[in-house]
Amino acid sequence: MLSTYQYPRYDFVRPPELNGAPPKRYPVVVVGAGPVGLAAAIELAQDGTPVVVLDDDNTVSVGSRGVCYAKRTLEVLDRLGLGQPCVDKGVSWNVGRTFFQEQEVYHFNLLPQADHARPGMINLQQYYLEEFEIERARELPNLELRFGSKVTSVEPQGDGAVLQVETAEGNYTLHTDWLIVADGARSSIRRMMNLEIDGKVFQDRFLIADVVMKADFPLERWFWFDPPFHPGQSVLLHRQADHVYRIDFQLGWQADPEEEKKPENVIPRIRAMLGDDREFELEWVSVYTFQCRRMNHFTHGRVLFVGDAAHQVSPFGARGANSGIQDTDNLCWKLKLVIEGKAPASLLDTYGLERECAADENILNSTRSTDFITPKSKTSLMFRNAVLSLAREHAFARALVNSGRLSVPTILTDSPLNTPDLEAFAGGMVPGAPLDDAPVRVDGKDGWLLRQLGGRFAVLVYANAALDADALDALHRIEGHALAPEIVLVVAPGTVINTSWRVLEDSDRRVAERLDARHGTTYLIRPDQHVTARRRKADAADLANSLARATANPLPATTVEAR
Amino acid sequence: MSPMQNQSLNLQPNFHETGKRYFRAFTPGDDFYEALIDTHRDLSDEQSALVNAKLVLLLSNHVGNLAILKEAMALARQDVA
Repeated sequence: MLSTYQYPRYDFVRPPELNGAPPKRYPVVVVGAGPVGLAAAIELAQDGTPVVVLDDDNTVSVGSRGVCYAKRTLEVLDRLGLGQPCVDKGVSWNVGRTFFQEQEVYHFNLLPQADHARPGMINLQQYYLEEFEIERARELPNLELRFGSKVTSVEPQGDGAVLQVETAEGNYTLHTDWLIVADGARSSIRRMMNLEIDGKVFQDRFLIADVVMKADFPLERWFWFDPPFHPGQSVLLHRQADHVYRIDFQLGWQADPEEEKKPENVIPRIRAMLGDDREFELEWVSVYTFQCRRMNHFTHGRVLFVGDAAHQVSPFGARGANSGIQDTDNLCWKLKLVIEGKAPASLLDTYGLERECAADENILNSTRSTDFITPKSKTSLMFRNAVLSLAREHAFARALVNSGRLSVPTILTDSPLNTPDLEAFAGGMVPGAPLDDAPVRVDGKDGWLLRQLGGRFAVLVYANAALDADALDALHRIEGHALAPEIVLVVAPGTVINTSWRVLEDSDRRVAERLDARHGTTYLIRPDQHVTARRRKADAADLANSLARATANPLPATTVEAR
Repeated sequence: MSPMQNQSLNLQPNFHETGKRYFRAFTPGDDFYEALIDTHRDLSDEQSALVNAKLVLLLSNHVGNLAILKEAMALARQDVA
């Protein structure tokens, strides 16, 4: 088959352990150099924690894998220095269209709001993301990539884990304080530790074809129910970089995967879909079944599971790689605080709690989409088709059409790390929500709110005039907190404030609108850009309480009661 | 506005659950649809048809307003035969 992509080869580098170096203990080892493991390694390393990454392969992902990277993932990748190369290479899109037979019945816009730095979604072959990540990883002196290195056993211990690593040049033992497991859906570490992963397999097969062609499909996601060119089944079309299109054909459970993969069977299906004689080439063809399942617990002492190793979803909704990268976004700041002794190990239990909850939401949405797309009984099919035919005319039915509910970040409303509100706020920026982006002016230049935050706690204070003495005193006191939160002032357009703190101008008044912020409104933002507390007025003792709560630390002895 | 307060058939998205806050517009409709499909789990086609008929009767009585019910009946029949 054709290839638009040259797979890089990453050389095996003989590690010090094979050269007779005395055994060394590493703070963090990541197993698996996929998009999720690399994201974890980069975030930890760039924030100062040395990391070793082990991977049994020596190249990036091969074949049809992840395609869609959502806005929230791009915001996380921005913090890793990877957002721009991904957006530059990828295909940005916001609109998805759904067709029933020959007619469009529904379309959605992932980003109906203006003024966000990143699009709702980009499509990019997984190998590009991994290649960009590896390039970034190589810039970090405290990040060691070990390709051609297979973990053959893992022994969890109270204070870490011991790994046996097999390479072409010999085997060695590795000791680590923390182990991040990112070795994918068939995780061998999970198996070696005898940990179960439960869920359901969908009784259906899908032909996934990556096709190279010159075509003028708009930059949109197109989904067909029961189209004339593939009757009774569904088809999904995505455009990726380099004129490669991803096409998913539903085949039914009875289909023979080996037969269906043969070019003489694939080509007529694509030809029928295109409806003309234009030229195309197959880049990769495979037949998949899908499953939705997760581990009961993502944390096992000092062994921490992320991404597909911990949870899997069907692809309708692009909730796989996206949720994996959000796992690392949630995990890394917590692990860093625990390693630095600034938070107890129980903070990592909340990684499990928050991301298990996110996995349940992703599994729920992806299961519902799969059930709508592949009805399992005559009655389900009847309801599905009734919804689709009503959807042509009626808004209520359009809202029920489910061709995939695309990845949006989980709002961690039930997290024990949140400080509950005491005052009324409009809008969706509740404790637990990932902060919305908004345009801001920084030192007279156009910028974005989210680019100004992340990696440490931030106290975001809104001001449309000078802050009063009480507020200033509160901010000065909280600035000296052991967790060293950064004070950031967001000022209404044209407001001049004499301060040594960082000032962001709310140039388009979107911050005030999205955060329902008034003069004095104070948000405490976690290092992963989630809101964890908010008040109408800054209070040092109250902020100290929220910081303690957000890091699973004991609450300070002198706490103020809720006002 | 619910159809009972309104004098014509409500064709806008209207699913909701008391006391529940939704952060994603698709959630209440998807909650309903899952409950609907679950209601039919493990039933034969004939049993499902009976459940559907009972469901229509129960909901019709709840709506009560014959003008609205007739509007819904006409829309449901459209394009079918």
